[in-house]
Amino acid sequence: MAKKAGNKPNGSMTDHTPALTPVEVAALSVCARHGNKPDELLEIFHELQHQLGYVPDATLPVIAKALNRSRAEIYGVLTFYHEYKRHPVGKHVIKICRAEACQSMGTEALCRHAEQSLKTKLGETTPDGMVTIEQVFCLGNCALSPAVMVGEKLYGKVDSKRFDEIIGSLEKEAAE
Amino acid sequence: MIRVFVPRDAAALSVGADEVAAAIASEAKKRNLDIQIVRNGSRGMLYLEPLVEVEMPKARVAYGPVAASDVAGLFDAGFLEGKPHVLAHGPTEEIPYFKTQERLTFARCGITDPLSIEDYRAHGGFVGLAKALHMKPIDIVTEVTTSGLRGRGGAGFPTGIKWKTVHDLPAGEKYVACNADEGDSGTFADRMLMEGDPFCLIEGMTIAAVAGGAQKGYIYVRSEYPHAVKILREAIEIAKKANWLGDNIQGTKYSFDLFVRMGAGAYICGEETSMLESIEGKRGIVRYKPPIPAIEGLFGKPTIINNVMSFAAVPIIIDKGGEFYRDYGVGRSRGTLAFQLAGNIKQGGLVEKAFGVTTRQLIEDWGGGTATGRPVRVVQVGGPLGAYIPESKFDVPMDYEEFAKVDAMVGHGGLVVFDDTVDMAKQARFAMEFCAIESCGKCTPCRIGSTRGVEVIDRIIADVDREKNLALLEDLCVTMTDGSLCAMGGLTPFPVMSALRGFPEDFHKPSPDRFLADAAE
Repeated sequence: MAKKAGNKPNGSMTDHTPALTPVEVAALSVCARHGNKPDELLEIFHELQHQLGYVPDATLPVIAKALNRSRAEIYGVLTFYHEYKRHPVGKHVIKICRAEACQSMGTEALCRHAEQSLKTKLGETTPDGMVTIEQVFCLGNCALSPAVMVGEKLYGKVDSKRFDEIIGSLEKEAAE
Repeated sequence: MIRVFVPRDAAALSVGADEVAAAIASEAKKRNLDIQIVRNGSRGMLYLEPLVEVEMPKARVAYGPVAASDVAGLFDAGFLEGKPHVLAHGPTEEIPYFKTQERLTFARCGITDPLSIEDYRAHGGFVGLAKALHMKPIDIVTEVTTSGLRGRGGAGFPTGIKWKTVHDLPAGEKYVACNADEGDSGTFADRMLMEGDPFCLIEGMTIAAVAGGAQKGYIYVRSEYPHAVKILREAIEIAKKANWLGDNIQGTKYSFDLFVRMGAGAYICGEETSMLESIEGKRGIVRYKPPIPAIEGLFGKPTIINNVMSFAAVPIIIDKGGEFYRDYGVGRSRGTLAFQLAGNIKQGGLVEKAFGVTTRQLIEDWGGGTATGRPVRVVQVGGPLGAYIPESKFDVPMDYEEFAKVDAMVGHGGLVVFDDTVDMAKQARFAMEFCAIESCGKCTPCRIGSTRGVEVIDRIIADVDREKNLALLEDLCVTMTDGSLCAMGGLTPFPVMSALRGFPEDFHKPSPDRFLADAAE
């Protein structure tokens, strides 16, 4: 059988293979960086999410192939963990801790304030795509409750006023 | 040159430590003062963060909590000469909160630059490992057994027994795995140590590798701790360069490679077998035991699994001897525990003390009561799966066995304080809700029982067949306790039943709906 060397990113051998989308190429290169090792799947998802903002479903078949696992297994891992997003999220993800220590310092009121002031429910994104708010259970800042995390920046002793200041600083940053 | 310390601990950062450090640097430049800013770990007095320290010839002097706007005033007052200021607390180590502690595991935390291996060695670092490299592995295990160290993650299983099991298996592929999935509310000791003294964890794990004959290790850190992940990864690289990790450590026959794996927001991955699955890149589903992980653990190979606090206690045990460590504590609870004062508390932070201290001492003597100034009503000890303790039990000493006698658990020593505005029926409901959200789904009592539990408590709160539903809740809790595969479903009844037994009045309030209906008539 005659083989024609392909110049496609995955080096596919036939012309019947459709060209890979940019997202699929990204997934393949992340897998390759992790040696296509199945035990590094969580790291692969983290890196993809960092690059793309979420893990698109379209990446799952290529990851499955690269790691030599079934698509069901890859899908199963992605959907097990709360941290991974399967759909685009806001420019900023704000995590509000709802665990016991923060409850004792009024996080329920803070959550209601966040929902009302942003007119967005926990787990959803503002219509302008700026902010996603979500609940988490413990940010490890339990002596300075309530705790909030914006991206990787941690905030302690967050009341409604401080929450508004944080939102204000994000808006200011966006305007600049 | 004057050295000024501003912590880089995430808790300190959360209240503006970076801004304070920047303000100090720019103010010093403006005044033409030559200072060096060291980003240390936290001393654990989190209520004083950002806690700025100035190095004086005899001691370090503390100022806190400092805001960026206080900085110019501090310079004016002469804080670089240790002079008085409204935020001054005198020498850090004379502050009663700190002075009264027994710092063994946290001996260096907050004192050193976490990423300076020279600093680490100058403060007694790697003495334990240097010793271990020239001991017989079985002697290391014996030393750990003698110390009486028990699993600091909460379960309290004797560490020496785990290590002995792995040691006694034939040589071959073995692992060391560190559980740094500190998901329990009210705990931050693991995070503080990883950010403030990462080499201590690395040293403890390497000693475990030498004792057990392991070649590779993993630290499984939760994704909510990006600062800890970053510092650990840097510390591992530094340790490798200095040959305290990697091949032929310090010229010996021992080689050990260490990797950080980041979790992805699943509480259940703090359960050891679920964590192993997650490190292997799978869904964090709990495994059946037996086989125990010491025999068939990571990738099916013998694995020493311990919590951050357990590994971090090992260097000093090997350095000073098991008996030194064992001499702290009471009963069968030996050594110290890093108690964490959290929630509604005036002086929250980390208090490392020998076992035997009471809840009341911790929340009154160190904690100073509630942050809101209202009376303390209840304290949850040991995380979301720990019991809610009413005031009548505040004098029980912190001791695994004594706590078990009053249907509570010491766990990892996290204390979440609530004032008298707390509604315990709501807290019981939350315990079930949390279990429903975080259950791995493998066993029925946990997966379905928790959802039914939320519904039953909702009916109790709404006063629908209240007595029948209270009986049903007790029955459900028995099923979950006896029938769940792991501690998630097995211990969720702890907070639920302790709330019900300790605070029955909260479950017998008039229904809010009915009250409204009555009012409408």
